[in-house]
Amino acid sequence: MKQTLTLTINGKSYSDEVEPRLLLIHYLREVAGLTGPHIGCETSICGACTVMLDGMAVKSCTMFAVQAEGRSVLTIEGLAQNGKLDPLQEAFWNEHALQCGFCTPGMIMTARQLLADNPSPSEQEIRHGLEGNLCRCTGYQHIVNAVKAVAKAGGA
Amino acid sequence: MRNFAYAKASNSTEAIRLLGHSGAAKFLGGGTNLVDLMRENIEQPESLVDITSLLREIQENADGGVTIGAAARNSAVAAHRTIRERFPVLSQAILFGGSGQVRNMATIGGNLMQRTRCDYFYDAASRCNKRTPGAGCDAIDGFNRMHAILGWSPDCIATHPSDMCVALAALDASVEVEGRDGKRSIRFTEFHRLPGNTPHVETDLRPGELITSVTIPKLDAARRSVYRKVRDRSSYAFALVSVAAVLEVENGVVKTARLALGGVAHKPWRAGPAEEALQGSPANEASFGRAADTALAGAKGFAHNEFKIELAKRLIASTLADLARKDGAR
Ligand SMILES: Cc1cc2nc3c(=O)[nH]c(=O)nc-3n(C[C@H](O)[C@H](O)[C@H](O)COP(=O)(O)OP(=O)(O)OC[C@H]3O[C@@H](n4cnc5c(N)ncnc54)[C@H](O)[C@@H]3O)c2cc1C
Ligand code: SF4
Ligand code: FES
Ligand code: FES
Repeated sequence: MKQTLTLTINGKSYSDEVEPRLLLIHYLREVAGLTGPHIGCETSICGACTVMLDGMAVKSCTMFAVQAEGRSVLTIEGLAQNGKLDPLQEAFWNEHALQCGFCTPGMIMTARQLLADNPSPSEQEIRHGLEGNLCRCTGYQHIVNAVKAVAKAGGA
Repeated sequence: MRNFAYAKASNSTEAIRLLGHSGAAKFLGGGTNLVDLMRENIEQPESLVDITSLLREIQENADGGVTIGAAARNSAVAAHRTIRERFPVLSQAILFGGSGQVRNMATIGGNLMQRTRCDYFYDAASRCNKRTPGAGCDAIDGFNRMHAILGWSPDCIATHPSDMCVALAALDASVEVEGRDGKRSIRFTEFHRLPGNTPHVETDLRPGELITSVTIPKLDAARRSVYRKVRDRSSYAFALVSVAAVLEVENGVVKTARLALGGVAHKPWRAGPAEEALQGSPANEASFGRAADTALAGAKGFAHNEFKIELAKRLIASTLADLARKDGAR
Protein backbone atom coordinates (compact mmCIF):
# COMPACT_ATOMS: atom_id res chain seq x y z
CA MET A 1 0.00 0.00 0.00
CA LYS A 2 2.95 2.32 -0.53
CA GLN A 3 2.44 5.61 -2.28
CA THR A 4 4.73 8.24 -3.68
CA LEU A 5 5.52 11.15 -1.40
CA THR A 6 7.08 14.25 -2.91
CA LEU A 7 8.01 17.19 -0.74
CA THR A 8 10.68 19.81 -0.14
CA ILE A 9 12.88 19.62 2.93
CA ASN A 10 15.28 22.44 3.72
CA GLY A 11 14.99 23.64 0.14
CA LYS A 12 15.82 20.26 -1.38
CA SER A 13 13.32 18.09 -3.22
CA TYR A 14 12.64 14.53 -1.99
CA SER A 15 10.55 11.75 -3.50
CA ASP A 16 10.06 8.37 -1.84
CA GLU A 17 7.67 5.44 -1.71
CA VAL A 18 6.11 5.36 1.76
CA GLU A 19 3.32 3.60 3.63
CA PRO A 20 0.57 6.05 4.68
CA ARG A 21 1.08 5.05 8.33
CA LEU A 22 4.68 6.30 8.34
CA LEU A 23 4.86 9.28 10.69
CA LEU A 24 6.59 12.40 9.43
CA ILE A 25 9.22 12.21 12.19
CA HIS A 26 10.13 8.66 11.13
CA TYR A 27 10.28 9.73 7.51
CA LEU A 28 12.60 12.62 8.37
CA ARG A 29 14.91 10.57 10.57
CA GLU A 30 14.93 7.19 8.87
CA VAL A 31 14.22 7.84 5.21
CA ALA A 32 15.55 11.37 4.65
CA GLY A 33 18.38 10.83 7.16
CA LEU A 34 17.70 14.07 9.05
CA THR A 35 18.14 13.19 12.71
CA GLY A 36 18.01 16.77 14.01
CA PRO A 37 14.32 16.56 14.96
CA HIS A 38 14.16 14.22 17.97
CA ILE A 39 11.61 11.79 19.35
CA GLY A 40 10.94 12.39 23.02
CA CYS A 41 7.44 11.13 23.69
CA GLU A 42 5.83 10.30 20.36
CA THR A 43 2.49 11.42 21.79
CA SER A 44 2.49 15.16 20.95
CA ILE A 45 3.49 16.23 24.45
CA CYS A 46 7.20 17.12 24.48
CA GLY A 47 7.79 19.08 21.26
CA ALA A 48 11.24 17.59 20.56
CA CYS A 49 10.01 16.59 17.09
CA THR A 50 8.89 20.12 16.14
CA VAL A 51 9.61 21.13 12.53
CA MET A 52 8.16 23.83 10.33
CA LEU A 53 5.60 22.91 7.70
CA ASP A 54 5.01 25.72 5.19
CA GLY A 55 6.37 28.11 7.79
CA MET A 56 4.30 26.84 10.73
CA ALA A 57 5.70 24.94 13.69
CA VAL A 58 4.10 21.47 13.95
CA LYS A 59 4.78 18.26 15.87
CA SER A 60 6.09 15.80 13.32
CA CYS A 61 5.32 12.79 15.55
CA THR A 62 1.59 13.41 15.31
CA MET A 63 1.17 13.61 11.57
CA PHE A 64 1.63 11.18 8.74
CA ALA A 65 4.38 11.86 6.24
CA VAL A 66 1.77 11.78 3.44
CA GLN A 67 0.08 14.82 5.02
CA ALA A 68 3.19 16.77 3.98
CA GLU A 69 2.74 15.88 0.29
CA GLY A 70 3.70 18.82 -1.91
CA ARG A 71 4.59 20.95 1.10
CA SER A 72 7.76 22.47 2.41
CA VAL A 73 9.45 21.27 5.61
CA LEU A 74 12.17 23.08 7.52
CA THR A 75 14.21 21.17 10.11
CA ILE A 76 16.99 22.37 12.37
CA GLU A 77 19.48 21.20 9.72
CA GLY A 78 18.09 23.84 7.35
CA LEU A 79 18.86 26.85 9.56
CA ALA A 80 22.61 27.38 9.30
CA GLN A 81 23.70 28.90 6.00
CA ASN A 82 27.22 28.37 4.61
CA GLY A 83 28.45 27.16 7.97
CA LYS A 84 27.07 30.20 9.79
CA LEU A 85 24.55 29.58 12.58
CA ASP A 86 21.24 31.40 12.35
CA PRO A 87 20.45 34.04 15.03
CA LEU A 88 18.43 31.66 17.22
CA GLN A 89 21.11 28.98 17.15
CA GLU A 90 23.71 31.61 17.94
CA ALA A 91 21.64 32.95 20.84
CA PHE A 92 21.02 29.47 22.29
CA TRP A 93 24.80 29.01 22.26
CA ASN A 94 25.59 32.42 23.77
CA GLU A 95 22.91 32.27 26.46
CA HIS A 96 23.62 28.64 27.50
CA ALA A 97 20.06 27.72 26.55
CA LEU A 98 20.88 24.03 26.40
CA GLN A 99 22.46 21.36 28.53
CA CYS A 100 21.88 17.90 27.07
CA GLY A 101 20.50 19.49 23.89
CA PHE A 102 17.75 16.97 23.35
CA CYS A 103 14.94 19.53 23.34
CA THR A 104 16.92 22.15 21.42
CA PRO A 105 16.02 21.41 17.79
CA GLY A 106 12.30 21.51 18.63
CA MET A 107 12.68 24.46 20.97
CA ILE A 108 14.41 26.52 18.27
CA MET A 109 11.76 25.75 15.65
CA THR A 110 8.99 26.77 18.03
CA ALA A 111 10.90 29.92 19.01
CA ARG A 112 11.19 30.74 15.32
CA GLN A 113 7.41 30.65 14.96
CA LEU A 114 7.00 32.66 18.15
CA LEU A 115 9.22 35.46 16.85
CA ALA A 116 7.61 35.39 13.41
CA ASP A 117 4.19 35.97 15.05
CA ASN A 118 5.41 38.44 17.64
CA PRO A 119 8.82 40.04 17.00
CA SER A 120 9.06 41.65 20.45
CA PRO A 121 7.45 39.28 22.94
CA SER A 122 7.30 39.83 26.70
CA GLU A 123 8.79 37.18 29.00
CA GLN A 124 5.26 35.94 29.67
CA GLU A 125 4.52 35.69 25.94
CA ILE A 126 7.74 33.76 25.36
CA ARG A 127 6.87 31.28 28.08
CA HIS A 128 3.34 30.90 26.72
CA GLY A 129 4.65 30.49 23.17
CA LEU A 130 6.98 27.67 24.25
CA GLU A 131 4.31 25.79 26.23
CA GLY A 132 4.35 22.85 23.83
CA ASN A 133 8.06 22.17 24.36
CA LEU A 134 9.46 20.44 27.42
CA CYS A 135 13.03 20.74 28.69
CA ARG A 136 14.28 18.47 31.46
CA CYS A 137 17.57 20.28 32.03
CA THR A 138 17.63 24.05 31.87
CA GLY A 139 14.65 25.15 33.93
CA TYR A 140 13.72 27.24 30.87
CA GLN A 141 15.17 30.56 32.08
CA HIS A 142 18.15 30.48 29.71
CA ILE A 143 15.91 29.46 26.84
CA VAL A 144 13.68 32.46 27.53
CA ASN A 145 16.82 34.63 27.69
CA ALA A 146 17.98 33.35 24.30
CA VAL A 147 14.67 34.17 22.66
CA LYS A 148 14.71 37.62 24.27
CA ALA A 149 18.23 38.21 22.99
CA VAL A 150 17.19 37.46 19.41
CA ALA A 151 14.13 39.69 19.70
CA LYS A 152 16.28 42.50 21.03
CA ALA A 153 18.79 42.10 18.21
CA GLY A 154 16.00 42.48 15.68
CA GLY A 155 14.64 39.02 14.97
CA ALA A 156 15.36 35.49 13.83
CA MET B 1 -0.33 0.94 13.88
CA ARG B 2 -2.41 -0.92 11.31
CA ASN B 3 -1.80 0.20 7.78
CA PHE B 4 -4.53 2.04 5.88
CA ALA B 5 -5.20 3.70 2.54
CA TYR B 6 -4.85 7.48 2.30
CA ALA B 7 -6.54 9.81 -0.16
CA LYS B 8 -6.86 13.56 -0.38
CA ALA B 9 -10.29 14.86 -1.40
CA SER B 10 -10.49 17.86 -3.70
CA ASN B 11 -14.12 18.79 -2.97
CA SER B 12 -16.78 17.83 -0.46
CA THR B 13 -18.76 15.63 -2.84
CA GLU B 14 -15.63 13.62 -3.50
CA ALA B 15 -14.82 13.49 0.22
CA ILE B 16 -18.27 12.07 1.00
CA ARG B 17 -18.02 9.55 -1.85
CA LEU B 18 -14.55 8.42 -0.79
CA LEU B 19 -15.67 7.99 2.81
CA GLY B 20 -18.53 5.71 1.89
CA HIS B 21 -21.00 4.26 4.37
CA SER B 22 -19.30 1.22 5.83
CA GLY B 23 -17.77 3.04 8.80
CA ALA B 24 -14.35 1.65 7.85
CA ALA B 25 -13.11 5.01 6.63
CA LYS B 26 -12.60 8.25 8.54
CA PHE B 27 -12.05 11.86 7.62
CA LEU B 28 -8.66 13.28 8.50
CA GLY B 29 -8.34 16.88 9.67
CA GLY B 30 -5.00 17.82 11.22
CA GLY B 31 -4.65 14.34 12.70
CA THR B 32 -3.70 15.71 16.12
CA ASN B 33 -6.25 13.48 17.84
CA LEU B 34 -6.78 10.73 15.29
CA VAL B 35 -3.07 9.88 14.90
CA ASP B 36 -2.78 9.38 18.67
CA LEU B 37 -5.93 7.23 18.72
CA MET B 38 -4.65 5.13 15.83
CA ARG B 39 -1.28 4.75 17.52
CA GLU B 40 -3.09 3.27 20.54
CA ASN B 41 -5.25 1.09 18.25
CA ILE B 42 -8.39 2.69 19.70
CA GLU B 43 -9.31 3.75 16.17
CA GLN B 44 -8.41 1.39 13.33
CA PRO B 45 -9.76 2.89 10.11
CA GLU B 46 -9.10 1.07 6.86
CA SER B 47 -8.79 4.32 5.03
CA LEU B 48 -8.42 8.02 5.68
CA VAL B 49 -9.89 10.81 3.57
CA ASP B 50 -7.85 13.97 4.07
CA ILE B 51 -10.12 17.02 3.80
CA THR B 52 -7.59 19.74 4.52
CA SER B 53 -7.38 20.91 0.90
CA LEU B 54 -10.97 22.13 1.12
CA LEU B 55 -13.29 23.89 3.57
CA ARG B 56 -10.60 26.26 4.83
CA GLU B 57 -12.31 29.66 4.38
CA ILE B 58 -13.40 31.97 7.16
CA GLN B 59 -16.23 34.07 5.80
CA GLU B 60 -17.90 37.17 7.22
CA ASN B 61 -21.64 37.04 6.70
CA ALA B 62 -23.85 39.97 5.77
CA ASP B 63 -25.69 39.74 9.10
CA GLY B 64 -22.47 40.30 11.09
CA GLY B 65 -21.87 36.66 11.90
CA VAL B 66 -19.12 34.40 10.56
CA THR B 67 -18.96 31.01 8.87
CA ILE B 68 -15.82 29.00 9.51
CA GLY B 69 -14.85 26.17 7.15
CA ALA B 70 -14.49 22.81 8.89
CA ALA B 71 -10.84 22.49 7.84
CA ALA B 72 -9.81 26.01 8.89
CA ARG B 73 -6.81 25.73 11.18
CA ASN B 74 -7.40 26.53 14.84
CA SER B 75 -4.55 29.04 14.79
CA ALA B 76 -6.00 30.83 11.75
CA VAL B 77 -9.40 31.12 13.43
CA ALA B 78 -7.92 32.41 16.69
CA ALA B 79 -5.91 35.06 14.82
CA HIS B 80 -8.74 36.16 12.53
CA ARG B 81 -9.37 39.85 13.00
CA THR B 82 -13.15 39.82 12.82
CA ILE B 83 -13.36 36.91 15.22
CA ARG B 84 -11.07 38.64 17.69
CA GLU B 85 -13.18 41.79 17.51
CA ARG B 86 -16.68 40.37 17.46
CA PHE B 87 -16.22 37.07 19.30
CA PRO B 88 -13.16 37.41 21.55
CA VAL B 89 -14.39 34.50 23.68
CA LEU B 90 -13.84 32.16 20.72
CA SER B 91 -10.35 33.38 19.96
CA GLN B 92 -9.38 33.14 23.64
CA ALA B 93 -10.84 29.64 24.03
CA ILE B 94 -8.84 28.36 21.08
CA LEU B 95 -5.63 29.90 22.43
CA PHE B 96 -6.21 28.09 25.74
CA GLY B 97 -6.20 24.72 23.93
CA GLY B 98 -3.16 22.62 23.13
CA SER B 99 0.06 24.39 22.13
CA GLY B 100 0.98 26.48 19.11
CA GLN B 101 2.14 23.43 17.17
CA VAL B 102 -1.14 21.59 17.81
CA ARG B 103 -3.24 24.63 16.87
CA ASN B 104 -1.32 24.99 13.60
CA MET B 105 -2.49 21.52 12.55
CA ALA B 106 -5.83 21.05 14.32
CA THR B 107 -8.99 21.92 12.40
CA ILE B 108 -12.42 23.12 13.49
CA GLY B 109 -14.18 19.89 12.48
CA GLY B 110 -11.53 17.79 14.25
CA ASN B 111 -11.89 19.86 17.38
CA LEU B 112 -15.64 19.18 17.45
CA MET B 113 -15.08 15.46 16.90
CA GLN B 114 -12.15 14.93 19.28
CA ARG B 115 -12.60 12.07 21.72
CA THR B 116 -12.52 12.29 25.51
CA ARG B 117 -9.23 12.37 27.40
CA CYS B 118 -10.47 9.90 30.05
CA ASP B 119 -7.37 7.83 30.91
CA TYR B 120 -9.36 4.60 31.05
CA PHE B 121 -10.60 5.18 27.52
CA TYR B 122 -6.97 5.20 26.37
CA ASP B 123 -5.92 2.20 28.47
CA ALA B 124 -6.80 -1.04 26.72
CA ALA B 125 -6.48 -2.97 30.01
CA SER B 126 -9.35 -0.99 31.60
CA ARG B 127 -13.08 -1.46 31.24
CA CYS B 128 -14.67 1.32 29.20
CA ASN B 129 -18.18 1.48 27.74
CA LYS B 130 -17.10 4.06 25.23
CA ARG B 131 -14.36 1.86 23.79
CA THR B 132 -16.24 -1.43 24.19
CA PRO B 133 -19.99 -0.92 24.66
CA GLY B 134 -21.25 -2.98 27.59
CA ALA B 135 -17.83 -3.55 29.14
CA GLY B 136 -18.36 -1.33 32.19
CA CYS B 137 -16.71 1.89 33.35
CA ASP B 138 -13.56 1.87 35.45
CA ALA B 139 -13.62 5.62 35.97
CA ILE B 140 -16.66 5.67 38.26
CA ASP B 141 -14.78 4.00 41.11
CA GLY B 142 -11.37 4.96 39.81
CA PHE B 143 -9.28 8.08 39.50
CA ASN B 144 -11.92 10.53 38.32
CA ARG B 145 -10.42 13.97 38.97
CA MET B 146 -10.93 15.04 35.34
CA HIS B 147 -14.46 13.65 35.06
CA ALA B 148 -18.00 15.00 34.81
CA ILE B 149 -20.19 16.56 37.48
CA LEU B 150 -23.18 17.33 35.27
CA GLY B 151 -25.20 15.23 32.85
CA TRP B 152 -23.24 12.01 33.37
CA SER B 153 -24.80 8.56 33.39
CA PRO B 154 -23.93 5.38 35.30
CA ASP B 155 -22.43 4.14 32.02
CA CYS B 156 -19.96 6.98 31.45
CA ILE B 157 -18.71 10.00 33.37
CA ALA B 158 -16.23 11.29 30.78
CA THR B 159 -15.95 14.94 29.75
CA HIS B 160 -15.61 16.55 26.34
CA PRO B 161 -12.11 18.03 26.31
CA SER B 162 -12.55 20.96 23.92
CA ASP B 163 -12.13 24.60 24.88
CA MET B 164 -13.23 25.98 21.52
CA CYS B 165 -16.55 24.12 21.68
CA VAL B 166 -17.44 25.78 24.99
CA ALA B 167 -17.25 29.18 23.32
CA LEU B 168 -19.25 27.94 20.32
CA ALA B 169 -21.96 26.63 22.66
CA ALA B 170 -22.22 30.04 24.36
CA LEU B 171 -22.40 31.81 20.98
CA ASP B 172 -25.41 29.81 19.69
CA ALA B 173 -23.41 28.48 16.76
CA SER B 174 -24.68 25.90 14.30
CA VAL B 175 -22.88 23.05 12.58
CA GLU B 176 -23.43 22.55 8.86
CA VAL B 177 -23.04 18.98 7.66
CA GLU B 178 -23.34 17.25 4.32
CA GLY B 179 -23.96 13.62 3.45
CA ARG B 180 -25.25 11.53 0.58
CA ASP B 181 -28.78 12.59 1.42
CA GLY B 182 -27.95 16.28 1.30
CA LYS B 183 -27.13 19.07 3.69
CA ARG B 184 -28.48 19.92 7.10
CA SER B 185 -27.70 22.26 9.95
CA ILE B 186 -27.48 21.20 13.61
CA ARG B 187 -27.72 23.58 16.57
CA PHE B 188 -24.36 23.52 18.29
CA THR B 189 -25.87 22.73 21.69
CA GLU B 190 -27.50 19.65 20.15
CA PHE B 191 -24.46 18.46 18.23
CA HIS B 192 -22.75 16.69 21.14
CA ARG B 193 -24.72 14.17 23.20
CA LEU B 194 -24.94 13.23 26.83
CA PRO B 195 -23.72 9.68 27.43
CA GLY B 196 -26.98 8.00 28.49
CA ASN B 197 -26.61 4.28 27.90
CA THR B 198 -24.80 4.75 24.58
CA PRO B 199 -21.61 6.66 25.49
CA HIS B 200 -19.94 5.45 22.31
CA VAL B 201 -22.37 7.62 20.31
CA GLU B 202 -20.94 11.06 20.95
CA THR B 203 -22.51 13.37 18.40
CA ASP B 204 -25.53 13.83 16.21
CA LEU B 205 -23.40 13.31 13.08
CA ARG B 206 -24.68 10.35 11.03
CA PRO B 207 -22.35 7.76 9.49
CA GLY B 208 -21.00 9.12 6.23
CA GLU B 209 -21.66 12.77 7.04
CA LEU B 210 -19.01 15.47 6.66
CA ILE B 211 -18.91 18.59 8.80
CA THR B 212 -18.52 21.41 6.28
CA SER B 213 -18.65 24.53 8.47
CA VAL B 214 -19.63 26.16 11.72
CA THR B 215 -21.67 29.37 11.68
CA ILE B 216 -21.83 31.93 14.46
CA PRO B 217 -24.77 34.32 14.22
CA LYS B 218 -24.49 38.03 14.91
CA LEU B 219 -24.38 38.84 18.60
CA ASP B 220 -23.32 42.41 19.39
CA ALA B 221 -23.05 41.66 23.09
CA ALA B 222 -20.30 39.12 22.35
CA ARG B 223 -17.80 41.91 21.78
CA ARG B 224 -17.64 41.83 25.55
CA SER B 225 -17.00 38.17 26.19
CA VAL B 226 -14.33 36.12 27.85
CA TYR B 227 -13.03 32.57 28.27
CA ARG B 228 -11.56 31.45 31.58
CA LYS B 229 -9.92 28.08 32.15
CA VAL B 230 -8.72 26.49 35.38
CA ARG B 231 -6.30 23.61 35.02
CA ASP B 232 -3.77 21.69 37.08
CA ARG B 233 -0.86 23.62 35.60
CA SER B 234 -1.02 26.92 33.82
CA SER B 235 -0.10 25.71 30.35
CA TYR B 236 -0.76 22.81 28.02
CA ALA B 237 -3.34 21.00 30.11
CA PHE B 238 -7.00 20.16 29.66
CA ALA B 239 -9.55 22.07 31.73
CA LEU B 240 -10.67 21.10 35.20
CA VAL B 241 -13.39 23.68 34.73
CA SER B 242 -13.72 26.43 32.16
CA VAL B 243 -16.29 29.08 31.42
CA ALA B 244 -17.27 31.03 28.32
CA ALA B 245 -19.29 34.11 29.16
CA VAL B 246 -20.95 37.02 27.39
CA LEU B 247 -22.40 39.84 29.48
CA GLU B 248 -24.12 43.03 28.44
CA VAL B 249 -25.12 45.44 31.18
CA GLU B 250 -27.31 48.50 30.72
CA ASN B 251 -28.00 50.94 33.56
CA GLY B 252 -26.73 48.42 36.06
CA VAL B 253 -29.06 45.69 34.83
CA VAL B 254 -28.09 42.57 32.86
CA LYS B 255 -29.44 42.91 29.34
CA THR B 256 -27.82 39.86 27.72
CA ALA B 257 -26.02 36.92 29.32
CA ARG B 258 -24.55 33.80 27.77
CA LEU B 259 -22.83 31.15 29.79
CA ALA B 260 -21.30 27.79 28.94
CA LEU B 261 -19.04 25.48 30.93
CA GLY B 262 -16.22 23.15 29.91
CA GLY B 263 -14.64 20.24 31.75
CA VAL B 264 -17.86 19.43 33.56
CA ALA B 265 -19.86 17.21 31.21
CA HIS B 266 -19.85 14.86 28.24
CA LYS B 267 -20.64 17.88 26.09
CA PRO B 268 -19.95 21.60 26.23
CA TRP B 269 -22.49 22.63 28.88
CA ARG B 270 -24.71 25.58 28.05
CA ALA B 271 -26.07 26.98 31.29
CA GLY B 272 -29.48 28.16 30.04
CA PRO B 273 -31.25 28.41 33.43
CA ALA B 274 -28.39 30.53 34.81
CA GLU B 275 -28.72 32.88 31.82
CA GLU B 276 -32.43 33.25 32.51
CA ALA B 277 -31.71 34.00 36.16
CA LEU B 278 -29.29 36.74 35.12
CA GLN B 279 -31.49 38.38 32.53
CA GLY B 280 -33.00 41.56 33.99
CA SER B 281 -31.20 41.18 37.33
CA PRO B 282 -28.97 43.86 38.81
CA ALA B 283 -25.38 43.31 37.69
CA ASN B 284 -23.98 42.63 41.15
CA GLU B 285 -22.30 39.92 43.15
CA ALA B 286 -25.54 38.59 44.59
CA SER B 287 -26.98 37.99 41.11
CA PHE B 288 -23.77 36.43 39.87
CA GLY B 289 -23.64 34.12 42.87
CA ARG B 290 -27.24 33.09 42.29
CA ALA B 291 -26.52 32.42 38.63
CA ALA B 292 -23.56 30.26 39.63
CA ASP B 293 -25.74 28.25 42.04
CA THR B 294 -28.38 27.83 39.34
CA ALA B 295 -25.79 26.64 36.81
CA LEU B 296 -24.53 23.95 39.18
CA ALA B 297 -27.93 22.90 40.54
CA GLY B 298 -28.10 19.14 40.26
CA ALA B 299 -24.33 18.74 39.95
CA LYS B 300 -22.93 15.62 41.57
CA GLY B 301 -19.29 14.64 41.75
CA PHE B 302 -17.29 11.52 42.52
CA ALA B 303 -14.51 10.61 44.94
CA HIS B 304 -11.88 12.81 43.28
CA ASN B 305 -13.80 15.61 41.57
CA GLU B 306 -16.35 16.87 44.07
CA PHE B 307 -14.24 20.05 44.31
CA LYS B 308 -15.20 20.98 40.76
CA ILE B 309 -18.68 22.03 41.87
CA GLU B 310 -17.45 24.83 44.14
CA LEU B 311 -14.66 25.66 41.68
CA ALA B 312 -17.17 26.08 38.84
CA LYS B 313 -19.42 28.29 40.97
CA ARG B 314 -16.58 30.59 41.95
CA LEU B 315 -15.26 30.72 38.41
CA ILE B 316 -18.67 31.73 37.05
CA ALA B 317 -19.20 34.42 39.70
CA SER B 318 -15.75 35.95 39.31
CA THR B 319 -15.85 35.85 35.50
CA LEU B 320 -19.22 37.64 35.44
CA ALA B 321 -17.98 40.20 37.95
CA ASP B 322 -14.94 40.93 35.78
CA LEU B 323 -17.09 41.30 32.69
CA ALA B 324 -19.44 43.64 34.53
CA ARG B 325 -16.50 45.82 35.57
CA LYS B 326 -15.31 45.98 31.98
CA ASP B 327 -18.81 46.91 30.98
CA GLY B 328 -18.93 49.78 33.46
CA ALA B 329 -15.88 51.30 31.80
CA ARG B 330 -17.75 51.71 28.54
C1 LIG C 1 -1.33 17.10 23.72
C2 LIG C 1 -2.58 17.79 23.24
C3 LIG C 1 -3.22 18.70 24.07
C4 LIG C 1 -4.37 19.35 23.64
N1 LIG C 1 -5.01 20.21 24.49
C5 LIG C 1 -6.19 20.75 24.11
C6 LIG C 1 -6.94 21.57 25.02
O1 LIG C 1 -6.53 21.81 26.16
N2 LIG C 1 -8.13 22.07 24.59
C7 LIG C 1 -8.62 21.82 23.34
O2 LIG C 1 -9.69 22.29 23.00
N3 LIG C 1 -7.93 21.07 22.47
C8 LIG C 1 -6.74 20.52 22.83
N4 LIG C 1 -6.04 19.75 21.95
C9 LIG C 1 -6.54 19.64 20.55
C10 LIG C 1 -7.64 18.65 20.41
O3 LIG C 1 -7.56 17.71 21.45
C11 LIG C 1 -7.64 17.89 19.10
O4 LIG C 1 -6.40 17.22 18.95
C12 LIG C 1 -7.86 18.70 17.87
O5 LIG C 1 -8.82 19.69 18.03
C13 LIG C 1 -8.31 17.78 16.74
O6 LIG C 1 -8.31 18.46 15.51
P1 LIG C 1 -7.75 17.73 14.20
O7 LIG C 1 -8.14 18.55 13.03
O8 LIG C 1 -6.30 17.44 14.34
O9 LIG C 1 -8.59 16.39 14.22
P2 LIG C 1 -8.23 14.94 13.67
O10 LIG C 1 -7.32 14.28 14.63
O11 LIG C 1 -7.82 15.01 12.25
O12 LIG C 1 -9.67 14.28 13.74
C14 LIG C 1 -10.37 14.05 14.94
C15 LIG C 1 -11.70 13.38 14.60
O13 LIG C 1 -12.53 14.25 13.88
C16 LIG C 1 -12.98 13.66 12.68
N5 LIG C 1 -13.13 14.74 11.70
C17 LIG C 1 -12.19 15.68 11.39
N6 LIG C 1 -12.70 16.58 10.52
C18 LIG C 1 -13.99 16.19 10.27
C19 LIG C 1 -15.04 16.73 9.47
N7 LIG C 1 -14.88 17.85 8.74
N8 LIG C 1 -16.23 16.08 9.45
C20 LIG C 1 -16.42 14.96 10.20
N9 LIG C 1 -15.46 14.42 10.98
C21 LIG C 1 -14.26 15.03 11.03
C22 LIG C 1 -11.93 12.64 12.34
O14 LIG C 1 -12.46 11.60 11.54
C23 LIG C 1 -11.54 12.15 13.72
O15 LIG C 1 -12.44 11.17 14.16
C24 LIG C 1 -4.89 19.09 22.35
C25 LIG C 1 -4.24 18.18 21.52
C26 LIG C 1 -3.10 17.53 21.94
C27 LIG C 1 -2.45 16.56 21.02
S1 SF4 D 1 -15.85 7.53 31.91
FE1 SF4 D 1 -16.56 6.94 29.87
S2 SF4 D 1 -14.68 7.02 28.67
FE2 SF4 D 1 -14.02 6.89 30.81
S3 SF4 D 1 -13.86 4.68 31.31
FE3 SF4 D 1 -15.94 5.28 31.82
S4 SF4 D 1 -17.07 4.76 29.95
FE4 SF4 D 1 -14.93 4.89 29.35
S1 FES E 1 8.10 13.43 20.07
FE1 FES E 1 6.61 14.68 19.16
S2 FES E 1 5.86 15.83 20.79
FE2 FES E 1 7.24 14.47 21.78
S1 FES F 1 18.58 20.78 27.34
FE1 FES F 1 18.19 18.77 28.01
S2 FES F 1 16.05 18.62 27.63
FE2 FES F 1 16.42 20.70 27.25
